[in-house]
Amino acid sequence: MEQKKEALLEIHDLSVSFRMYEEQGLRQSNLQVISDLHLTVYPGEIVAVAGSSGSGKSLLASAILGILPDNAAVGGHMHYKGQELTAAWQKRLRGTEIALVPQSVAFLDPLMRVGAQADGHRRPRPVRKRKSLFHRLGLPEETEQLYPFQLSGGMARRVLVSTALLADAQLVIADEPTPGMSLPQALEALRLFREMADEGKAVLLITHDIDLAVEFADRVAVFYAGTTVETALAGDFKKGPDSLRHPYSRALWRALPQNGFSPIPGFQPYAQNLPAGCLFAPRCPHKTAQCTTQAPPVRKVRGGEVRCYGA
Amino acid sequence: MKKQNRRTMAVLLTVIMAGILLSVYALGIFIPDEAAAGSFLNAGKSPSWEHPFGTDALGRDLLMRTLKGLSISMTIGFFASAISAVIAALVGIAAAATSRGVDAFVNWLIDLVMGVPHTVLVILISFAMGRGFWGLLIGIAATHWCSLARLIRGEVLQLRSQQYVAISGKLGKSGGWILFHHLLPHLVPQFIVGLILMFPHAILHEASISFLGFGLAPEQPAIGIILAESMRYLSAGMWWSAVLPGVVLVLIVFLTDQLGEQLRMILDPYSAQE
Amino acid sequence: MKETLGRLARIFCTYGVRTVSLLFAVSLISFLLVSASPVDPVQQYILGLGTAVSPAQRAEIEAYWGISVPPAERYCNWLTGILQGNFGYSALYRRPVAAIIRERFWNSLALMLCAWALSGVIGFLLGCVMGMYRDSWVDRLLKKICYALSSVPTFWLGLVFLLIFAVWLKWFPIGFSAPVGVRSRDVTLWQKLYHLILPAFTLSLMSFSNIALHTRQKLVDVLHSEYALFAQARGEGRWTILFGHGLRNILFPALTLQFSSFAELFGGSVMAENVFSYPGLGSAVSAAGLNADVPLLLGVTLFSALFVCTGNMIANLLYGVIDPRVREVGE
Repeated sequence: MEQKKEALLEIHDLSVSFRMYEEQGLRQSNLQVISDLHLTVYPGEIVAVAGSSGSGKSLLASAILGILPDNAAVGGHMHYKGQELTAAWQKRLRGTEIALVPQSVAFLDPLMRVGAQADGHRRPRPVRKRKSLFHRLGLPEETEQLYPFQLSGGMARRVLVSTALLADAQLVIADEPTPGMSLPQALEALRLFREMADEGKAVLLITHDIDLAVEFADRVAVFYAGTTVETALAGDFKKGPDSLRHPYSRALWRALPQNGFSPIPGFQPYAQNLPAGCLFAPRCPHKTAQCTTQAPPVRKVRGGEVRCYGA
Repeated sequence: MKKQNRRTMAVLLTVIMAGILLSVYALGIFIPDEAAAGSFLNAGKSPSWEHPFGTDALGRDLLMRTLKGLSISMTIGFFASAISAVIAALVGIAAAATSRGVDAFVNWLIDLVMGVPHTVLVILISFAMGRGFWGLLIGIAATHWCSLARLIRGEVLQLRSQQYVAISGKLGKSGGWILFHHLLPHLVPQFIVGLILMFPHAILHEASISFLGFGLAPEQPAIGIILAESMRYLSAGMWWSAVLPGVVLVLIVFLTDQLGEQLRMILDPYSAQE
Repeated sequence: MKETLGRLARIFCTYGVRTVSLLFAVSLISFLLVSASPVDPVQQYILGLGTAVSPAQRAEIEAYWGISVPPAERYCNWLTGILQGNFGYSALYRRPVAAIIRERFWNSLALMLCAWALSGVIGFLLGCVMGMYRDSWVDRLLKKICYALSSVPTFWLGLVFLLIFAVWLKWFPIGFSAPVGVRSRDVTLWQKLYHLILPAFTLSLMSFSNIALHTRQKLVDVLHSEYALFAQARGEGRWTILFGHGLRNILFPALTLQFSSFAELFGGSVMAENVFSYPGLGSAVSAAGLNADVPLLLGVTLFSALFVCTGNMIANLLYGVIDPRVREVGE
């Protein structure tokens, strides 16, 4: 039903690679960290990007915001509200239309009080709104006077979440927002995201926690080795492996503690030596000759998107 | 390929710079004293083909005096930095490898040496030694070891925390064995680079102290003395006696500094990234 | 506030004990050094008098210097004197050492303070420029200048400046802190400043490269930090980041560094004062050394150590007041 609306953010064939200097900085090589990534975010929904740690999820956030380091090369297309995202436009959107919830307390200025940092550099400072937001997030009044090093892990995350909520953005990209929070705190933060989405905004929730993604997101994009192998409705995950489309998604489902805790054999390929065809082929129990030579295109299968010949 | 080039380049530069420094040194040694002696007939001549640096108020050729002075400065600079580097190595290793008490004492000692301005300390030492060559040498050697000692201390502490060193100890290797097989291979490059980087500082200090009059006897052609003499004739318009020897001094100091940097590139490429 | 004061008091005490032990060691070592000197201060003193001295007078002078007294006792006498504010009597200037130090310290302080502030401001600004335009031609040029300046001896730079600005251009006087032939109480502030500019400028050129390179590195670190990345993600531009986060994080390390560089500053001022014939502590200490004026030499040495320790103390206290990671850790 949501397909009818105009997408807020559309990403096609996104690839990000880094020019790296190996061995004492003398030999140059390219490190492909994101390849052929597809993702669409509609207004009013929470989309989770779920995958194991170290699969380049955070770089996706940087790519959307246009804040990748200088030695990164970006390919493919990104559209925001139907228009091509250019560097100049990204710059205008940062902090106004698109806001980031970063991963850790290291993203806060160590010598600046937390209250002032949550307010940000824009004037007038949203002091009253921030105070009520801090209250809702269970941050005591005195928090605004503290420095980042004085915050507990959970408090720091809540402060980081508040920065994005204060920006009144259309799209919030939350990079692992909940670890360190207590369960009620995490639920409150996610409830705030839900409210945002219900107001017609959108949230891109980057996480390694499948349970969390399935519980709170509308759709889940399964991220593997720098690409999205499947985008499924969150409900599909609840129904079980048969409603999922990609072998990796099914393997992830089975790896969950409540579903048997069975590990996936093999390792995620390192960005320096990605396989030629389907990135999951080396670990896939159903691979064919075609899988190892040619990367499968994105196909729509049963209301989701998948990159697999076998689906 | 590129890597090879950069390394070759560094080696080549090192050889060239070392060659220039050595030839300046040799020139100073082999120039006969008569060449630097003068007659009043030639007093206060501005630079010409015959006297490229001009002559001083006593008619001595300034180029010859400068070259002789540089070789004296380099001798003092070399021995002072060598002594200083040895002190630094001993003190640094002692601080890091023995007891906490020694470490605390070494830190206190470094604070002590850093607590008195170096120029003042060298003046004191030079005074205690009755001025001259030895006062200068010991004064400079006694004041330059602190930062290298700190560096070596830090390096040893870091090496000691490495697993392979700890494992060697568990395997029953003696302290001396570990020192020779695990610590020294890392410390020797640091030591050599530290020594060479100390060299320009020592030359600069030698010139400064001689300039103040605490170094060599006034009749010796040290750079500092030449420049101190030139000060008296500055308002008389004898600019060359102040400018030219100074420029050569700056060039030599700059060259030794660069030599140290290139050597660091060769011996210790990781720390020379920036 | 109260806790801050308490913590400052703690820093002050721990550092104070260390300072006292250092000063004590400096006094002992410098005393040993001058005692070891083959230069005979009595002979120098008599030479300085310029008149013939009878054996009786000589004995009197020797008694005054305490030549017959064993060194340990002499040291104790000297130290007791100093603790009572009596630094002894300068043979060279024929005045109490304490008075000479007091008078010359103000001259030196004016010189060092100007140079210190100038080098701090110039160095910090250049460091910011280099950090903001890292690896551009501006950065590379400034970096080369900074490295090159560290190969230039202070006194030679002073000589060249004298030559250019005083001898050729005649913009500045050749030396001294005041015009020659004017009584000291008639010297105006402007005349003093006029005589101060060239030496202060020379001295500042010697130390700004250190602070500039330090600031550059710190700023580069800040701009590569995660909090700068997040600031960028929130729409802050490069300059907003510099003023909002950069300065906050680099200013105080730079200030601390600047305070802990008092030793180089004093050493540099010895050279600058000698080149410009500036009547400060630096020219006094070299004159004392050359003329075997032992009380003055010891007095200035001790005073310079005190000066350096004060700088370090301020740096430590500053660190405790300003950095919240140190400041509020106890709460």
